[in-house]
Amino acid sequence: MVSTTTNTEISLMAHLMRRAGFGASRNELEERRGKGYEETVEELLNPSNQTPVDIYEFLRYYPMWWKPGTMGGLGQAPWVWTMINTEAPLQEKLCIFYHNIFATGVAKVDHYDEIQDMIDMFREKGLGHYKDILLEVAKSPAMIYWLDNNENHADSINENWGRELLELFTMGVGNYTEEDVQECSRAFTGWTLEHKLPRFHMGRWDWEFKFVEDDHDYGQKEFLGHKGNFDGEEVIDIILSKPATAAFIARHLYNFFVEDEPQVPAWSVVPPNNPGAVEFLAKELMDSDYHMETVLRKLFNSDFFKEAQFSRVKNPTEVVVSTLRLVGDSSLPGPDILDWTGQIVYMGQDLLNPPSVEGWHSGIEWINSGTLMKRTNFMSEMISDYSRPGVKSIIDQVSRSASKPEEVVNACLDVMGPLEIAEKTHSELLEHVSSQGDFDWQSSGVTRTLELLQLIVATREYQFA
Amino acid sequence: MSEPTSKDPVIVVVQLSGGNDYMNTVVPHSNSLYRDYRPSVNISESDVIELTSDIGFHPAMAPLADMYKEGNVAVIHGVGYENSPRSHFRSMDIWHTCEPETLGTEGWLGRAIKQIDPNKENVVTAVSMGPSLYRALVAPDVPVATVENLDNYGLLTDISPEQKRDRVLDRYKKMYSPMIGSGPVMEFLGQTGLDAMKGADILNVAPSMYSSTVEYADTSIAKKLKGIAQIHLANLGTRIFYCDLGSFDTHADQLSTHNKLWSSASTAIRDFFDDLEQHDAADNVTMFLFSEFGRRVYDNGAGTDHGAGGVCLAIGKNVKGGEYGQYPSMKEGDLDQGDLVPDLDFRSVYTTLAEDWMRLDPVPIVGGNFEKPKFMATSN
Repeated sequence: MVSTTTNTEISLMAHLMRRAGFGASRNELEERRGKGYEETVEELLNPSNQTPVDIYEFLRYYPMWWKPGTMGGLGQAPWVWTMINTEAPLQEKLCIFYHNIFATGVAKVDHYDEIQDMIDMFREKGLGHYKDILLEVAKSPAMIYWLDNNENHADSINENWGRELLELFTMGVGNYTEEDVQECSRAFTGWTLEHKLPRFHMGRWDWEFKFVEDDHDYGQKEFLGHKGNFDGEEVIDIILSKPATAAFIARHLYNFFVEDEPQVPAWSVVPPNNPGAVEFLAKELMDSDYHMETVLRKLFNSDFFKEAQFSRVKNPTEVVVSTLRLVGDSSLPGPDILDWTGQIVYMGQDLLNPPSVEGWHSGIEWINSGTLMKRTNFMSEMISDYSRPGVKSIIDQVSRSASKPEEVVNACLDVMGPLEIAEKTHSELLEHVSSQGDFDWQSSGVTRTLELLQLIVATREYQFA
Repeated sequence: MSEPTSKDPVIVVVQLSGGNDYMNTVVPHSNSLYRDYRPSVNISESDVIELTSDIGFHPAMAPLADMYKEGNVAVIHGVGYENSPRSHFRSMDIWHTCEPETLGTEGWLGRAIKQIDPNKENVVTAVSMGPSLYRALVAPDVPVATVENLDNYGLLTDISPEQKRDRVLDRYKKMYSPMIGSGPVMEFLGQTGLDAMKGADILNVAPSMYSSTVEYADTSIAKKLKGIAQIHLANLGTRIFYCDLGSFDTHADQLSTHNKLWSSASTAIRDFFDDLEQHDAADNVTMFLFSEFGRRVYDNGAGTDHGAGGVCLAIGKNVKGGEYGQYPSMKEGDLDQGDLVPDLDFRSVYTTLAEDWMRLDPVPIVGGNFEKPKFMATSN
């Protein structure tokens, strides 16, 4: 690997911002280096100190997004716009993290507002206790409808929510029996949603959680070795007391923030890449009563995190949002926001509409000939738009210090990352710009550099975060 | 690899994602237990499209019933495997990989592609229609073109003029060429990039060559099947097509959802075969429909929960129409945890498709020897 910088502080800060956020420009990285790594971690963990995104700014341009009453098919754009403009990127990263675990989709729910409400909840509570998030999810009308808990009755249970709570949201396959699934489902009988009003002319009214006492099974349950007249909250407490749950959530954290793991269905069979790290996170989860802020602080300050640079394939949201934040001038909610939202979908991540309750398969499974094409085409188009301030700034920084082909290649790789690329890739980039000699910043220098930037975002290495 | 001819066998797999309800797809209308188990979620006697005195299709499947009566649809009963986990993901994995015991990463069709085109001479031997690649098609070193929209398919299409784009693409090709010792992920990326480039060049010709009087409906399955028709008619040597339709996970509101799904599927399938027929290109195409499991025998008042045994359909001129296997017994004592017990292993069905239709060695594809239901005209 060729590393273009000897500045490990900047590399580390860039790594942190790629993982806990959506990357950062070189100017921002320099500023953050002044503050220090641990201070930056604290800043990310305390989003309330940042000015929140003014969603009304967005709604002024798109009043039809006003809730309640969303028109079908307009769902993800306000969230994507928030991600592009937020000063508290970890909050949005956590929304993606939880959305991928508690994957709930409009294909069935048919009500974007309700899934957006879930995302808002993740934003608000994502750094708190996992139990609170589980409880909120269990009471989310979107989730209740998605996993049919409104059909889970005292006299005839529907196992859908009970099973996925255990299989995908907390413990993973192999840590419970079919009886546990049924007993778990019994505990959540009567947890339903307020009757849906029909659509009115612009969309749907809000749904609400409703507990129907008459439809709740108050009988004794035997669940994971415990006996009692449990309700849903008590079942969640029992689940969280099991080490298997901490290990499962720990692996989710590791997979999302540290390094690509095999897909979730493989976890009952394939051990973690770094069992020590997952054990460490699991212990922190148990010790902190699943306090996510505490655990994330340990994660970002750990050696295993710092050593895991470029070991994750960027997910489509990261590709699009980090590109837009890098090139700049994306804060006005113009018509482009619809295309940008679509781009994430074309790359395989239809936010608010995951392929199944399992969420998206990640890592290398983001890549196939179609999605690689979409990624490359989008990034290439954006990074070569010289009218964007971020692009202009990159060119300015490069042109200040470089004019020989090799200097320009290295400066671009440094300002864009700093990136680590294979020697062969480096020599290809160099060869591409060498034939035309030194860069003349008064004439063709800018165009040549834009072409070079297009090639850099098209490299294999640029797919990694 | 021999030069592909237009008459090489082609398979089109349509995956019914979410667990299609067997009992309301192929309705055992004369069995009184059916109505006992399904007080709320049933197809009324008058709505069933009767095929035989025992079974009939869902009313939304009229176009498929016509094809059945013409002898071009095989109904393969009671398909599944032992100890169904009743989990979508695990079950779909099993159908995709043929690994019910351990976790498989290779898909059965991925292995089939390898047999068809061992030297990767054609990057469009298999085409997956949709945003993501199905695990059934995944195998190491096997390219699959993943096409979402055939009309805008290409790499770095924003770069102009053409001369500049060619220069950048040429460099891209070099950057993506094999890099020794770079690890499996980098190698995969490299190969994928090169395949994408090559595949786009080939597939770009298909829409421009296509003309037809068939008007497909504006549904997702119709769009996918139209794309498949365009590629097939362009004669690019594609042998395996894959697409999906869903979600069939009808725990609630089943009657209306199931109806919509089968209505869009049946219409699109009829239009697809009409389109091929019009171009004299139907006689080497077999379509195969499956789902990861059937649904529970008892309804839950509004829908049905995850079950076990399901039904597969094979459609086309080379299919020997009719029923294969037995409808699993619905008697109380014969059910497993309330589910139909599959008595035909899904790998048996794959074996027929691989050996009798695709003319491949089925053993490595499905991972063993399985007795074949003989639903292809070429079965003996």
